[in-house]
Amino acid sequence: MTPVASAADAAPAKSHGIFAGTRTLLYKEVLRFWKVSFQTVAAPVLTAILYLLIFGHVLEGRVTVFDSIGYTSFLIPGLVMMSVLQNAFANSSSSLIQSKITGNLVFLLVAPLSHWAWFAAYVGASVVRGVAVGTGVLLVTAWFAPLHVANPLWIAVFTLAGAALMGALGLIAGLWAEKFDQIAAFQNFVIMPMTFLSGVFYSVQSLPPVWREVSHLNPFFYMIDGFRHGFFGTSDVSPWISLAVVGTSLAMVCAICLHLLRIGYKIRH
Amino acid sequence: MPAIAFRQVVKTYAASSQPVRALDGVSFDIAQGEFFGLLGPNGAGKTTLISILAGLARATSGTVSVLGHDVVTDFAAARRALGIVPQELVFDPFFSVREALRIQSGYFGVHRNDAWIDELLDHLGLADKADANMRQLSGGMKRRVLVAQALVHRPPVIVLDEPTAGVDVELRQTLWQFVSRLNREGHTVLLTTHYLEEAEALCGRIAMLKQGRVVALDRTSALLAGTASTMLSFKLDRPLPPVLAAHARVTGRIVQITAHDAREVESILAVLHGAGCEPEDLEIGRADLEDVFIEIMRGETPQRVAA
Repeated sequence: MTPVASAADAAPAKSHGIFAGTRTLLYKEVLRFWKVSFQTVAAPVLTAILYLLIFGHVLEGRVTVFDSIGYTSFLIPGLVMMSVLQNAFANSSSSLIQSKITGNLVFLLVAPLSHWAWFAAYVGASVVRGVAVGTGVLLVTAWFAPLHVANPLWIAVFTLAGAALMGALGLIAGLWAEKFDQIAAFQNFVIMPMTFLSGVFYSVQSLPPVWREVSHLNPFFYMIDGFRHGFFGTSDVSPWISLAVVGTSLAMVCAICLHLLRIGYKIRH
Repeated sequence: MPAIAFRQVVKTYAASSQPVRALDGVSFDIAQGEFFGLLGPNGAGKTTLISILAGLARATSGTVSVLGHDVVTDFAAARRALGIVPQELVFDPFFSVREALRIQSGYFGVHRNDAWIDELLDHLGLADKADANMRQLSGGMKRRVLVAQALVHRPPVIVLDEPTAGVDVELRQTLWQFVSRLNREGHTVLLTTHYLEEAEALCGRIAMLKQGRVVALDRTSALLAGTASTMLSFKLDRPLPPVLAAHARVTGRIVQITAHDAREVESILAVLHGAGCEPEDLEIGRADLEDVFIEIMRGETPQRVAA
């Protein structure tokens, strides 16, 4: 047997502090989805293409959105943002529920990771997955219609804020859920309707006044609308209003998420 | 400073009918460098106590500290000092053995730790499995990885919660050699096990839990010395007379009865003969830890808690 001290030659690097371990947890969370990227990145890109082909084919020329913008061009940013949001949610929620159910969350629970570290890593990995899928959707769908980029900064801001919001929401859902079907229910009954009714496929200006007002209560509407503004320089509401709504929602969701992590909600008994 | 200090630890679970008191004021210290055994029947509170120590659960009241670091208020320092081998055979199916160990090391803020990881793999007989996915490993191999994960950040205090449940003889030997060596090198070891012969062989001191309370706490040798020191064992092909059955431990044909002195042995034999029983392979020996355990759990002796 080699003496235990022999490993001391290699002098491992140690780091402490409230963000210690975050880098590793972020790396692990990214590696987790990347190892099954066919399912976590390629599949959502394919879904977005199918939406584009079907809705673009059926509705091009029949639906008026913004002046001088074709329906397919209008649809593409909506699909990109929808993919970003749904996948950011899926990443943190599915990772956490899997770890809870298989029991390997214990490896994280016994580690000296602060609630800040958990939050930063899970939300960070969700943003990475959202951006990866969004980029994939954009690269593939951009071939189908002319796409103009008016203001890349708005695109970046709404992508990051939207993905972080959904990553944090996924983390809350993952903490709360005890079974896979609870996550599926959350996805199917909350996330899907809110994204579909947010103006991904239409401009809310085309809706009857009542439904237009209802749409304005949906925070997803502002994420999509602000994101779209970055492409066309025009949108249903001012991007500053969208930024205020998305920013406030993000702050609220993050505060709840951090609180639940701090008290160990449903993970430390 | 003790390696681990439990102070009046109480844990109640809110059940539907009435709250369950899983731990009822547990207090004891484990000194640095000790090999300490925590024993008790299922449901006695062993795993709850370890869970509170590890931060997996929170005490309703009372405190726990590791090398002076409170597990709640100073959790990061406490957890860095602690290596836990969990009872359940859990693993992350996405990763290889080496990836799992590097990741676990990174959680503790220890990076570039491959030299130690290689040593762990080597000592635990996992060197040729380093790049295998966790899913491909047998149960015994997964258990070894759990041990390696617990030790990857070189914790001074090691906690093994039923590490040999369902494990083959070879792994048991490897594991005990390795853990004994770590103990000799100064690591504190806290072990919970159902295999009492393991506890007797390895642990210098033992605490026994029953219904959330410490009912015995002493050096292993003192526990053995203080008990009914004679054990009468024999084989029998027919049911034991009822008067003896209440005090005997019966395993198939093998019957074991504790006796406090020679007179008691004689009276037991007299009862057997009187009932027409013909005991075979009759032996009179010293009681072992299992006998002490059973005696204490039955509450036949007063509590033995050394100061």
